[in-house]
Amino acid sequence: MTQTVALASLPKHTAAVVRVVGGARSFRRRMMELGLVPGTAVVITNVAPLGDPLELLVRNCRLSIRRAEAEAIQVLRPDGAGAK
Amino acid sequence: MNGRSADRPPLVALVGNPNTGKSLLFNRLTGSNARVGNYPGITVERRTAGGVLGGKPVELLDVPGAYSLSARSAEEQVAIRSLLGWGVQAPDLALVVVDSTQLLRNLYLVLQIRELGVPCVVALNMADEVEGAPPDQAALTRLFGVPCVAVSARTRHGFDALHEAVGRALDAAHPSALRLTYPDPVEAAVAELSPLVSALWQVQGTRARALALWALTSLDGEDELVDIPPELREAVAAAMTHGGEDLDEEIIATRYAWLDEHAAHASGAAPARTTTERIDAVLLHPVGGFAVFVGVMLMVFQSLFSWADPFIGVVEALMELLAQGGRALFGQGFVGDLLVEGVIGGVGNVVVFLPQILLLFLFIGILEDSGYMARAAYLMDRVMRSVGLHGRAFVPMLSGYACAVPAVMATRTMERQRDRLLTMMVVPLMSCSARLPVYTLIIAALFPPETFSPHLAGIPLPGQGLLMAGMYLFSTVMALLAASVIGRTVLKGPKVPLILELPPLRLPAAGSVLRLMWSRARAFLSEAGTVILACTVLLWGLLKFPELPPPDPEPPAVELSVEQQAAYDAAALEHSAAGRLGKAIEPAIAPLGFDWKIGVGLIGAFAAREVFVSTMGLVYGVGGDVDEESVSLRESMARQTHADGTPVYTPLVGISLMVFIALAAQCMSTLAVVKRETHGYRWPAFLFVYMTGLAWMTSLLVFQLGSALGFG
Repeated sequence: MTQTVALASLPKHTAAVVRVVGGARSFRRRMMELGLVPGTAVVITNVAPLGDPLELLVRNCRLSIRRAEAEAIQVLRPDGAGAK
Repeated sequence: MNGRSADRPPLVALVGNPNTGKSLLFNRLTGSNARVGNYPGITVERRTAGGVLGGKPVELLDVPGAYSLSARSAEEQVAIRSLLGWGVQAPDLALVVVDSTQLLRNLYLVLQIRELGVPCVVALNMADEVEGAPPDQAALTRLFGVPCVAVSARTRHGFDALHEAVGRALDAAHPSALRLTYPDPVEAAVAELSPLVSALWQVQGTRARALALWALTSLDGEDELVDIPPELREAVAAAMTHGGEDLDEEIIATRYAWLDEHAAHASGAAPARTTTERIDAVLLHPVGGFAVFVGVMLMVFQSLFSWADPFIGVVEALMELLAQGGRALFGQGFVGDLLVEGVIGGVGNVVVFLPQILLLFLFIGILEDSGYMARAAYLMDRVMRSVGLHGRAFVPMLSGYACAVPAVMATRTMERQRDRLLTMMVVPLMSCSARLPVYTLIIAALFPPETFSPHLAGIPLPGQGLLMAGMYLFSTVMALLAASVIGRTVLKGPKVPLILELPPLRLPAAGSVLRLMWSRARAFLSEAGTVILACTVLLWGLLKFPELPPPDPEPPAVELSVEQQAAYDAAALEHSAAGRLGKAIEPAIAPLGFDWKIGVGLIGAFAAREVFVSTMGLVYGVGGDVDEESVSLRESMARQTHADGTPVYTPLVGISLMVFIALAAQCMSTLAVVKRETHGYRWPAFLFVYMTGLAWMTSLLVFQLGSALGFG
């Protein structure tokens, strides 16, 4: 079982898979060109000390995006699998 | 071969994602003879240098780092322009530098270049940093149909093979382009666009097909690309309507699916990034991260504020020697004065910035190359974006407390023109070190502890120190406010999402840092320096001409007394163009509480704010050799009266004057360096008008409101 959640609400260190990249076209394009295409594994590895931005690990690359944009990225997470 | 003329060496374009070690490879493959130019119309540097590759003399071009060839802004468009030679010379070969530790993402760019059919060689950089199996060169070479060579720019490992591959590729026939099959709606749109692309850009076959794909992933209603035929925009919009809005995403997803299928097994294992992660546990820690950040920033600030001082002292001493030499050779006449006070003084005004510029770029080079700058932007993003500034604007803003000239140059660390411009427009409001002597003089002269001793609940406060701190706080608040306002008006733009890569931490290479320092210093000297020199000579002329007849010593043949000389100097200044200008602007500055003599000081301060102090010394007849500690200058200021006998300087005038100095764009060097960085007079003109307008209005408010309330 899996459930779809916004990337922004994914707990830290929880493995998930990208389902839909939403948001402004320029953002969607750039994120997908950086490898965040549907089907790619993604994990939130860190949150900046002031609560924003987030740090992601995608295809072995560390990217940072803001919470507002992470709201528009839908990911599939294994159901019941908690943080850590 | 390649239709190139025999009299110029082949052009090899170095392309690659940011943080792939591309610039290090560029430096390793060329000598120290890089030429820096600009792409027409935008502030992106075009760095080229001669070198020898595979035994052939070549010209290397360092194309700015890009994750993809598709583009939305004129700056991002540089990558495809450089590769295809739009408006610039087309390269004979592309040398694509990829980071082997993040191979798949880097191969996305390789794939785009291969779809365009641009002849290329792939340098698998950092191959030595891959844990376990390195990338499979042979498999990648077969897959992409071009030589893929494992190298290390750092250790020069694999350079022989790279030279050989490049040498052979330059002589070989162009390999045919890669052709991926896309989903039907994409193929339909490509078929629709290809004939138009062929006609517009005079290209055929797979090149036209690849450019149709490029147009589908680049053009939309909001891009800011240049030289795109309107017919093509319309056709792309039509194709998007027929084929669906998400054609661009299908194209990107198809490319990644192809890479995942064919290239993933050749990519080697994930790298060991434990060292970076261990250090990052501290650098990005909620407490430790900010402690390190504050420490690093304090060091940068301290270096600009005080470590540069001894070097500035040496520069000034050298200029003094030069001035004495000029005097000895040319004497006191017009030529001597022009040479010593105008030209040598002007050269001094330029060279004096070098220590701070070199030191700042030493730190910026280290921070950028090590990967710390991206971490600083990550930590500060939340704070900086609240006023519309980029996370990377922090270093320029902080540097602004020392000097706006290097700080404006430091805005280069931001990619987007809008972010750079916004930072450049507010950095000069930060209270730079040249304002310090002016504040010191005014506070010491008008707020002596005997008369100015504020108390809080009966406890005496350090009034002078509080005033000084207040000026720094005031300038910071005004700069942040200005950023907020300008970002919403003049530089209004769509909100840009942050997408920041946190590259692995690396030890910076000394050569790269030194090159950065040298190239920035050279650019400053050659471009901003000439403007500063010309302005110094002009200001010198304003303060000097028209001249008064020389004074007759009384009794004859006796030298003028110090007082007589000072009185003559004051009269000569009043007689000069600057003196007349001061009187002419008096009606404009009288409502701020200033008289014409202060006006002359403000005009003199345009050379550099601290010159205000010596100009006031001249204008009050106590001589120009005064500094902010001068007692005679302070006393003379306190003695100044208006025609009706009331004192010129009241505490309220002092505040009004400090506010004016804090806000006015009174620094020709800053304006010159903004002109250099923006390649035109538009932005320096805007900076001058808005800052001086803001200064005038704020001082007016302070003085008029203060007067109405009975202060002063």
